[in-house]
Amino acid sequence: MNTKTQTKPETVSKQKIHISGAEAVVKCLLEEGADLIYGYPGGAIMPVYDELYKYQDKINHVLTRHEQGATHAAQGFARATGKVGVAIATSGPGATNLITGIADAQIDSTPMVCITGQVASHLLGSDAFQETDIVGISTPVTKWNYQITKASEIPEIFAKAFYIAKSGRPGPVLIDITKDAQFDTFDFEYEKCTSVRSYQAKPEVNITEVKAAASLINNAKKPMIVFGQGVILGQAEEEFKAFIEKANIPSAWTILGLSALPTDHELNVGMVGMHGNYAPNKLTNECDLLIAIGMRFDDRVTGDLNRYAKQAKVIHFEIDPAEIDKNVKADVAVLGDVKESLAQILPLINENKHNQWIEEFTKLEAIEFEKVKKEDLYPTKDGLTMAEVLKEINIASGGDAIIVSDVGQHQMFACRYAKFNKTKSNITSGGLGTMGFALPAAIGAKMGMPDREVVMIAGDGGYQMTIQELGTILQNKTAVKIVVLNNEFLGMVRQWQQLFFDKRYASTEMTNPDFVAIAKGYSIDAKRVTKREDLASTVKEMMESKDAYFLEVCVEKENNVFPMIETGASVSDIRLA
Amino acid sequence: MENKQTYTVSIYTENNVGLLNRISGIFLRRHINIESMNISKSEIKSVSRFTLLVKVTESQIKKIIGQVEKQVEVIKAYYHTDENTVYQESCLFKLSSNLLTENDEIQTIINSSKSRVININKDFFVLEKSGAKEEIEELYHTLDQHGIMQFVRSGRIAITKDEMKISTLLSTNN
Repeated sequence: MNTKTQTKPETVSKQKIHISGAEAVVKCLLEEGADLIYGYPGGAIMPVYDELYKYQDKINHVLTRHEQGATHAAQGFARATGKVGVAIATSGPGATNLITGIADAQIDSTPMVCITGQVASHLLGSDAFQETDIVGISTPVTKWNYQITKASEIPEIFAKAFYIAKSGRPGPVLIDITKDAQFDTFDFEYEKCTSVRSYQAKPEVNITEVKAAASLINNAKKPMIVFGQGVILGQAEEEFKAFIEKANIPSAWTILGLSALPTDHELNVGMVGMHGNYAPNKLTNECDLLIAIGMRFDDRVTGDLNRYAKQAKVIHFEIDPAEIDKNVKADVAVLGDVKESLAQILPLINENKHNQWIEEFTKLEAIEFEKVKKEDLYPTKDGLTMAEVLKEINIASGGDAIIVSDVGQHQMFACRYAKFNKTKSNITSGGLGTMGFALPAAIGAKMGMPDREVVMIAGDGGYQMTIQELGTILQNKTAVKIVVLNNEFLGMVRQWQQLFFDKRYASTEMTNPDFVAIAKGYSIDAKRVTKREDLASTVKEMMESKDAYFLEVCVEKENNVFPMIETGASVSDIRLA
Repeated sequence: MENKQTYTVSIYTENNVGLLNRISGIFLRRHINIESMNISKSEIKSVSRFTLLVKVTESQIKKIIGQVEKQVEVIKAYYHTDENTVYQESCLFKLSSNLLTENDEIQTIINSSKSRVININKDFFVLEKSGAKEEIEELYHTLDQHGIMQFVRSGRIAITKDEMKISTLLSTNN
């Protein structure tokens, strides 16, 4: 292909050097500032690893224990830092093992570049050893992908890959490189990519739409905001805060929007969706204006679409035109970068109070506290609850930690109860719901933000899906705090079995190993808590540790997450028990 | 319930390997059968044009166009109803040469259907016909009575009555 016609590189002239494709790969990574990457070597990517060996003073390659771990680590790194995460693997099984992480990054809009080795170009299509059509396999789950068969393509494709991964609505890009293209030499020259002619990273903000939105906001009596990860990805936290404060609009978050607004902010009214908070879910069907910001109306957020906010006008601030009217019809769609559109709307909106309307949220929140939160946080029964573990973590962290949660009941408790003061602090697999995400993602987050406390929270099920990454922690001395909330069940599935399948606990009960012994086997300090009186002190000890620390908390086996909107129900049918 | 109807989809793309897979996957994922597909050059150098025919509702096609346009190497995608396009399909029939000598009717069929013989030898001849799907169907049924050795029909190709401002779009993006 003639990529020269398609990209417009920056016009910076640099000296050409004659190097191998493999060395060019490393140089491209350095040009893009990717000096911390994750991966796993193998036959078809060996030339690149040979160069990584030579460049180890400039680029830190972290050997994970499985390629899936490399992708999740790259995701954790990207989510915590806002930079592009990089994962490398060999061909065949190495490449296919990346797929779960790539799919996760695609649905959660995480900027990531994956590099895979491929058999030599003359062997393509011959069912050669460790040959797999990774470009074909990854197509539905990548923002873009490309197979390089000539060394000379490397600089331009890498520049394009990083540009596409991080611009607009971010996403994963995969570059497959045949082994001969890694060995071949060519004259290397790098120019960053700043545009691709067939690709409009973000639509221009249209002032007419902004004005229309402002008018609806100024006339609304009961406006409500639901914000998503777009606020974080667009680095629009300050603009967002200024916007909601001026008009004093209660603001609820999706699971990925969490931490864009501090937990303690008085306009933060909690989470929407299946296990979200009572007030924002109920009041979605009572507001007169629903303002969606950088979110995509996932089915876990909306419940039954035919009974979702039908009474309200809808404004949708969104960077991706394909999301407009996809699930919920917008009366006004403000396309474009939310950092720009929110800055533009601020002078157009009137100061407001909405005191009576906000009072409605306070009333419903009080009901949720009485019926759900009180017993979650201050249990009167013996068994430890997941929520009280979060409460102790909040006390010890003060809300400054990055919380990386896995998938399941503990994830819902983490998102409902963890306290966040800073943005980019909630890292979890939202759209794909990938069990096994947390441990490697926490490694990536900690390495990317070494000065911040990173607490991983997983269940006993998900933890065992990527438990091998304890090896990565051992080798790199990554000071991740690992909390496993052990209920000896695949808890979320068990909860559904209890509620909807007459307690037929099909394949959800787990006989677990000695997790403390396993952690110690990896030279990680480890403790198990089974009694309430030991919880606070052990959490404190964990948080004060300078090194990695493993904490297993044996929690009540059959606790459920409430509130809950059953599948197919309306958000206003949210149940408290 | 919205009605399904036939839409012609025009997609202008970079000429890159793998894009066919990416685009067809969008339809596959939503269980939408692509009735016909044609990929060719377009009026712009190095830009390809996909022409697809699908039977869906209007709200479905709008969402699909959004998903198609989201692909990095897609420049622009449009959907049109039959009234907004001038369209054609093309087909080839392989028939026994004996028919030409032994059957007077064949010559009449060829003339009245506005088809033409594009290849002939002692065993068989090839008849080409371009037109609307219905005309081709009709000719098929007529010739079927005389025995068709082989038949193949192309996908629809269509020109829109309205302008599609691809060149302007490319210059603004650059």
